[in-house]
Amino acid sequence: METLAMHIANGIIDGPVAAVFAAFALAVLAFCVLRARSDLDDRLAPMAGLVAAFIFAVQMLNFPIFTGAVSGHLLGGALAAILVGPWVGALCVAVVLIVQALVFGDGGVAMLGLNVTNMAIFGTAAAYLLVALLLRVLPRTPAVLAGVAFVASVVSVVVASQGFVLQYWLGGTTDLGNGLGGLAATLAGSHLLIGVGEGLITATTVVTVAKVRPDLVYALRGRRLTRPVSVPAVGGVR
Amino acid sequence: MGAGHAHVLYQDRTSPVHRLPPEVKITAMVAFTLVVVATPREAFWAFGGYAVLVAVVAALARVGARWLLTRSLIEVPFVLFAFVLPFVGRGERVDWFGLSLSVDGLYGGWNILAKGTLGVLASLLLAATTPMRDLILGLDRLRCPQVITQIATFMLRYLDVLVGEAKRMRVARISRGDDPRFLWQLRGFAAGVGALFLRAFERGERVYLAMLSRGYTGRMPAVWQASGTATVGQWLRGVSVPAVAAGIAATAAVLT
Repeated sequence: METLAMHIANGIIDGPVAAVFAAFALAVLAFCVLRARSDLDDRLAPMAGLVAAFIFAVQMLNFPIFTGAVSGHLLGGALAAILVGPWVGALCVAVVLIVQALVFGDGGVAMLGLNVTNMAIFGTAAAYLLVALLLRVLPRTPAVLAGVAFVASVVSVVVASQGFVLQYWLGGTTDLGNGLGGLAATLAGSHLLIGVGEGLITATTVVTVAKVRPDLVYALRGRRLTRPVSVPAVGGVR
Repeated sequence: MGAGHAHVLYQDRTSPVHRLPPEVKITAMVAFTLVVVATPREAFWAFGGYAVLVAVVAALARVGARWLLTRSLIEVPFVLFAFVLPFVGRGERVDWFGLSLSVDGLYGGWNILAKGTLGVLASLLLAATTPMRDLILGLDRLRCPQVITQIATFMLRYLDVLVGEAKRMRVARISRGDDPRFLWQLRGFAAGVGALFLRAFERGERVYLAMLSRGYTGRMPAVWQASGTATVGQWLRGVSVPAVAAGIAATAAVLT
């Protein structure tokens, strides 16, 4: 399992900013733990574990982008948010990041707060807000669900990447000056591509699960998908 | 219980470092990393001192230098970022072989390279000397909320379920005439990813229900918890590494 990854490594963001984000991440995670306790029942506990395992496995897939100078991987925030809800979902992604930092040295331990903030909190929150909103107004057909999952993934990945730009702007150890805009653009562009890949995986996974076991999809809140009504073709094409 | 779990990096040996309880090693590793990150980047010699510390621990743990170096390639993307910094950084510039480099960028690049590498080496040492299961046990003993350790436990358990199901599905595809090569493997994989998830879940759910019916309450049995909680002596030995590092960092902070 050779892995290349792009969590923030030690020394990229300076200490005080890292400490502030660590405190922020800790506070949010503590809140998630409180909320997750009521969510985590017999059905959700194995689901949360599987979602975390899935994200862990999927984060091993890396997309070399352009000449390989920029690489990125799937984040899984959207998948977690849709399948197990925002609270448990954020915890799942956080657990993946903690284990990666402790065991694989992927992402510095001192930067864990930043990584958790970007991927577990920003990514999951953006995806969940979007999904909750869209599923409220749109019809619940499999195609729509796939589209929603796709859009939520793309948005969550780009939001997470821009979280890094924000942190670099606040406490980057080297002043990039005008380069910051370039960094934001490069990251947004590359993560748009990652988002497409992630969106496809998230959409197929969520739709398959929603068709067979709608009770497992948190975002549907126990309601089934409505089957698309097949309209008989009238007249036809001449 | 030991077979088949995700011991990707664990090196099965006996050494003083392997015998330390996991909570001690986790604490020492995190403290060491924090100290390294807090060190001013101009104090070059301090990082040399940290490298010596890492080398001593690696020797004690009987972990080979070659293994450490190959595994630390994980940070390559950010190292590339470190090499870009001298070119795009602002401020005072120096000429070096006809290249105009930013001094601030050079320091920044060095900062990332040194602190990143030391952090990666420290966590690799932790991973090489601690099986995953013990790691979660250590987190549990460090009062990590049970929701988190529970998710982590299932994550490790289900990783193998996922990999196993993926292998089975691949064999099934091939035996039905699929001939995956190179990138096109991805197509078959992507088409089956939803099915893979469901199959793994249903397997995992059965395992979970079996665990529940055997008295699982969200925590691993007390037998595992009781053995080998850290003694004061072990804590002292473990903490000696970050303590020495803190000494180096304090000296560096005074001198620069």
